[in-house]
Amino acid sequence: MDAFDPARFAKRLGWGHGGRLGIAYHDHGADWVELALPFSPDQVGDPARGVLASGPIVTLMDMATSLAIWQRRGMFLPHATLDLRVDYLRAATPGRTVIGRGTCTRLARRVAFVRGEAHDGDPADPVAHVAGTFMLMDTAQGAAA
Amino acid sequence: MTLPPYADLLGATLDHDADGAPVLLMPFGDHVVGRPGFLHGGAIAGLLELAALAALHHALGKESVGIKPVTVTTDFQRGGRAVPTRAAATVTRLGTRVANVEAIAWQDDRTRPIATARLNCLLERG
Repeated sequence: MDAFDPARFAKRLGWGHGGRLGIAYHDHGADWVELALPFSPDQVGDPARGVLASGPIVTLMDMATSLAIWQRRGMFLPHATLDLRVDYLRAATPGRTVIGRGTCTRLARRVAFVRGEAHDGDPADPVAHVAGTFMLMDTAQGAAA
Repeated sequence: MTLPPYADLLGATLDHDADGAPVLLMPFGDHVVGRPGFLHGGAIAGLLELAALAALHHALGKESVGIKPVTVTTDFQRGGRAVPTRAAATVTRLGTRVANVEAIAWQDDRTRPIATARLNCLLERG
């Protein structure tokens, strides 16, 4: 089987909900993947402040952490998000693209543990932190869950 | 409550249950798909957030209060199938500065949720 290639895989992101939000590949390393969420007025959740809704950030980070698991495993294998917590450190600046980096911090037999950060230009000044877990569905136990 | 632009993106509309409590409705469509045939977890989380905000506005009544979600934790229980999804929320505590809200999303059966979320929000009272 070919090694997992996040850049090539992410080209398939142009459909579905990720495609509707304009989420695209940005960068990757051995156990992390970065995706970009371009600003769009129709993603605003707080019109008074012009701030993005939570949903697009959750979508971005769910996908970035998901890709990080496939990157670390070296192949696409089915899994499902068990939980994802997002801490909003500050509001993203209206008009700016948000970059989300997902990292797979531990791969256990049935569960993958992930973390992530999102920023809008300066990685040292993040807009959100995330932590989550995914159920691995390719093992017999995982498939039965 | 006037729903934000993001609700239009999701195709979500605001309805009310028999008690007058807000319920969000989101039809299935290509724009909310994750893996083929199923809702994207992010779209479900987005709907849960809208339900939480609607419940908070409902609880606050006419008072003008800014709401800033600080933490949002989503638990996914079932895959979201290609049918309409509903979401509603309960304000578990409405304080002066902080509100704790629990939201639930379901499809055919409210007792079989597809996802739940907890939101802790900062309140800015005008």
